Amino acid sequence: MFPTPIEKTSSGAQIAYKIALPVALIVWLLPLIAVALTSVRSAGDITAGNYWGWPTSFNLIENYTAIFEQTPIGKYILNSFKVTIPTVIGAVAISCMTGFALAVYKFKGNLLLFFMFVAGNFVPFQILMVPVRDLTLDLGMYNTWYGLALFHIAFQAGFCTLFMRNFIKALPYELIEAARVEGISEIRIFWYVVMPLMKPALAALSVLIFTFIWNDYFWATVLTQGADQQPITAGLYSLNGQWVAAWHLVSAGSIVAALPPVLMFFLMQRHFIAGLTLGAVK
Amino acid sequence: MTAPALPDTHPPAQKTWWQQNQQRLAPWLFLAPGIFMFMMYVIIPIFQSVNISFYEWDGLGEATWVGADNYIELMDDEAFYTSLKNNVIWLVLYMLAIPGGLLVALFLNQTVRGIRIYKSLFFFPFVISQVVVGLVFAWFYDPNFGLMNIALGWFGIEPIAVLANEDYVTYGIIAAGLWPQTAYCMILYLTGLNAVDPEQIEAARLDNAKGVKMLWYVILPQLRPATFIAVVVTVIGALRSFDLISIMTDGGPWGSSRVLAFYMYEQAFSEYGFRMGYGAAIAVVLFLIMMIYITGFLYKMYRDERGR
Repeated sequence: MFPTPIEKTSSGAQIAYKIALPVALIVWLLPLIAVALTSVRSAGDITAGNYWGWPTSFNLIENYTAIFEQTPIGKYILNSFKVTIPTVIGAVAISCMTGFALAVYKFKGNLLLFFMFVAGNFVPFQILMVPVRDLTLDLGMYNTWYGLALFHIAFQAGFCTLFMRNFIKALPYELIEAARVEGISEIRIFWYVVMPLMKPALAALSVLIFTFIWNDYFWATVLTQGADQQPITAGLYSLNGQWVAAWHLVSAGSIVAALPPVLMFFLMQRHFIAGLTLGAVK
Repeated sequence: MTAPALPDTHPPAQKTWWQQNQQRLAPWLFLAPGIFMFMMYVIIPIFQSVNISFYEWDGLGEATWVGADNYIELMDDEAFYTSLKNNVIWLVLYMLAIPGGLLVALFLNQTVRGIRIYKSLFFFPFVISQVVVGLVFAWFYDPNFGLMNIALGWFGIEPIAVLANEDYVTYGIIAAGLWPQTAYCMILYLTGLNAVDPEQIEAARLDNAKGVKMLWYVILPQLRPATFIAVVVTVIGALRSFDLISIMTDGGPWGSSRVLAFYMYEQAFSEYGFRMGYGAAIAVVLFLIMMIYITGFLYKMYRDERGR
């Protein structure tokens, strides 16, 4: 193991490490800790400029109720779910199929198609912006959650295909050959032989896509407007404009917005990390 | 090859047309929805954008063909050069996330109690939205009560309004972006360090390799796959920077923190009017810059595929 395991060093170094660890963590997360602390302050503290001292009162419940009562944040969160969940299902479903096709079959243009998905996934959003907005308008889906979700499904198909294809490629090919010898149809091979082995990949992709889409801000501003349809990222931006100086509310809103992906990450950490390394680092 | 028209004497073995051809047809069946969606929303729009960049168009009325005029206008556009320059600064400074991530990963690659929790908490900034990161940092930089200026005050330094200062603003935003990006690189390296061959380390230790030397000659070569992914995601992240700029400064002060991605958006849909053609021309420039990296990535993938 590198660096040298701390247990093998002098006891002085061990103590130093054990102190350095929490200190480094606090420094690293300081901006976030500040937000969490501010989100429980009272309006009085904010006007008095008491940002960093001990809060005069803990208004956890008051502040978090206030943002749900006084602002459409509940609606924004709901919209985020309405966009995110169908996107996760759609993108993962599509890429199971594309990944399977590109990993299992040898045909002309296989690598070319694969590279199309990979390259498309890295393209800057701006080159797609104007035509995608027009297409969404033409389909009558501008400013709807499904218009936004449909685009996300298509775009995420690129990354998901890259991931799924590499995952399936690493499965033992003999399984598929054996099934073919048995005379099992290709569709049943996909469903009964390959799919059951893909559970870890499905989990990894689902959490990753959930986080990506939940945190998307650019496409939310391009394809939606107004509190009725906008997801939380775009919502937070407009709330920030309305709540000038109400920092305790802005920070409570930020915490609420950050919560779902954070929970997702903590619940499915190992899958999340497997996904992030693009399956390239094992 | 012609099939003999003999009557089949084994009726149960007779294959339907689908059974005979399924190996050839199945991949296209599986690919159809993916290819259709990807074509509609990604591939065709790229060509449409290139096409639009040769028109003057407000997004509603008739588009007029102007040839290369949009590109000629770009060459004299001060704001375009500011954005381009900022993109270069982003690209260069964003790379700090890679050594930064490696450093944090080396610090955390231990097996003391509770280290798993530490690792996940260090990764935190990457999981939260850039909108939240932007708000948090805008606040951290605030000249009146921001933590940074309070800390500077301890050393007797006057408060600096980072986000209102033309010279500092881009660096301030990049610092905010480095926070989640470093966390990402850290995770890549932590996973990579897990896979480093312990025997090689032992062998190197016997040869008295230590510290930096060990890192450089033994560890880093083994971390190459992690470094590669880290470079790819960092370059893409730097060129995609939009959210933080939109949240923290809206391109200001006086457009000094714009990057190409942001400037394109501003030209295409802003209060200054919808200039889709001009915006598309900016997007094409950004796309071409990105293409350099994409081609490099694909080339490496192609070599790896051949190598299998």
